[in-house]
Amino acid sequence: MKGILKLAYKLLVNDKSKFTALLVGITFAVVLMLQVMSTFIGMMKRASATVYNIAAPMWIMDPAVESAGSSIGMPDYVLDAARSMPGVSYAVPVYQGNTLAKLADGTYQPITIIGLDDTSLYGRPKLLEGNIEDLYGENAFVVVKDGDYPKLENPHVGTEFQVNDHRGVIVGIADVASGGLFGTPTLYTTYSRALQYLPNLRFTISYVLVQPKSAADIPRIKDQVKSMGYVALTKDEFVDRTSSFYMWQTGLGINIMMMAVMTFIVGLSISGQTFYTFVLENIDKFAALKAMGANNRELVMMILSQAGFTALIGYGLGVGLCSFMITMAKMRLPSFASQIAYTNLGLGLVMVLLIAAVSSYFGVRRVLKIEPSEVFRG
Amino acid sequence: MSMLAIQATGVGKWFGEGDARTVALRGVSLGAYFGEMLYIVGPSGSGKTTMLSVLSGVLRPDTGTVSVEGTNIWSLSPDQLAELRLHKIGFVFQDFHLFPRLTTAENVAIPMILKKQPWDEAISKAREYLEVVGLTNRADLPPVKLSGGEQQRVAIARAMAAQPDILVMDEPTASLDGDTGHGIVTFVKEQILNDKRCVIVVTHNNRIYDLATRILKMEDGRLSAIVNGEAS
Repeated sequence: MKGILKLAYKLLVNDKSKFTALLVGITFAVVLMLQVMSTFIGMMKRASATVYNIAAPMWIMDPAVESAGSSIGMPDYVLDAARSMPGVSYAVPVYQGNTLAKLADGTYQPITIIGLDDTSLYGRPKLLEGNIEDLYGENAFVVVKDGDYPKLENPHVGTEFQVNDHRGVIVGIADVASGGLFGTPTLYTTYSRALQYLPNLRFTISYVLVQPKSAADIPRIKDQVKSMGYVALTKDEFVDRTSSFYMWQTGLGINIMMMAVMTFIVGLSISGQTFYTFVLENIDKFAALKAMGANNRELVMMILSQAGFTALIGYGLGVGLCSFMITMAKMRLPSFASQIAYTNLGLGLVMVLLIAAVSSYFGVRRVLKIEPSEVFRG
Repeated sequence: MSMLAIQATGVGKWFGEGDARTVALRGVSLGAYFGEMLYIVGPSGSGKTTMLSVLSGVLRPDTGTVSVEGTNIWSLSPDQLAELRLHKIGFVFQDFHLFPRLTTAENVAIPMILKKQPWDEAISKAREYLEVVGLTNRADLPPVKLSGGEQQRVAIARAMAAQPDILVMDEPTASLDGDTGHGIVTFVKEQILNDKRCVIVVTHNNRIYDLATRILKMEDGRLSAIVNGEAS
């Protein structure tokens, strides 16, 4: 079988024009599919940026919260109740809100403020500059250096700004796992200062962050929180809830899926037609092989190996090209929301293999039907 | 008399149904012996290529039987029949059917590759067969760079690479000029035909009749005349 496969390989790659057309078709399809899915995954990760950046194992929230970006204030007793639950190691509040910052040049810039628990600063970011203790200083904020950082005119330690006529001063510059989705710079401060600077509704706690004593305590904590009329989610569950919201309730997911399907169809039609033409052009050669003693299984293996080889090479080229494009885009646009993950690599591979399977199916059918006697028809 | 290589008995073959039915073979019986070069000749549409297809196991007859070295080939499964063709029958097609994307040596190596010989070994043997047909210096060229006569010799080398007991040649001189065609068939008779091998040639080129051991003439799907020798 090894010799037959080598024969198939040579027949394929030595037909340079067809092989190139097949590779271009599949590479094009892979680039489109990966680009679409990477953008979606990148956006989903950014939509859950707060969850990734604070990285608490459990989050208590109002049941109506659909995504990490749309918190609903909870009363203080939820925090107290969480702290007294069996199985909870500790629980802290976190505040998340949006407002406008007045910059030094007088312009206004929308910002997101995250208020961390005053005592523990639980969920604090990694600082690139400054000391986290300085957050206890007067009017202190830490700014996140992500793609949206330049919108605050590239502040440095000591830069001043105003929020609702309150003076703010940058005491640190931080790095976080993920930038936000909505293009607003993020500032960290203490929970109490956040409440002081931002106009508040009746209830102020956006989320209660919980550290369970052990993984086994998680179901019990969930039940207790549920009995209060709230919901407790693990970090992964909160990320999933956020992704589900954007996927199914905003139309984003459906549109992405439609684009992925259209890409698949385009890739399939380009590659399928080219591959079928390739098989048709070689049909007399397959008949000759049949006459000489090749059996159907060997011929099918030849076609499948040709399709599979082309698909994998095209897939590799597509992944490489897409990665290159995303890397280049991120160099120019730091907030470019696109990320290649194992999920979209896997999905892309499945789609490419499907294209190869469908393309080769028609070729296989044709080759199985060909009569070896056709070689005698001069 | 030598041993029978192929025995066909009452072979009938038709194409299409009803009014469109065309009868290609009408109960043809013949035998081909080891050590002979048997010609099947006749005008276009006489059924000689269909007969060759049936004899070589690539076209199933509607009636009759065909035995290759005593085995009724049309009672075999498709895979068994493919195996028999691979080991017993070598083909030289009218249009050569060489693979333009492979080198000449790789073309010749195909039957050996189908027989599961390692690639390098098959290529090495293919070069030896090309030496036999005088094309050593063409081994690494694609067939399209070769003349018609050279391509025919490559096709013969490929057929011989299968080390067949029976060599079937369909119009071996059709694409060649007179002298080259005669030279090719002479080469086959002198270099390839032996007591343990049978060569069956379908042709309408009477300029190579002198090389035949026997000539069977077909007309309208029947053996109409035996130009030289006996039908079986």
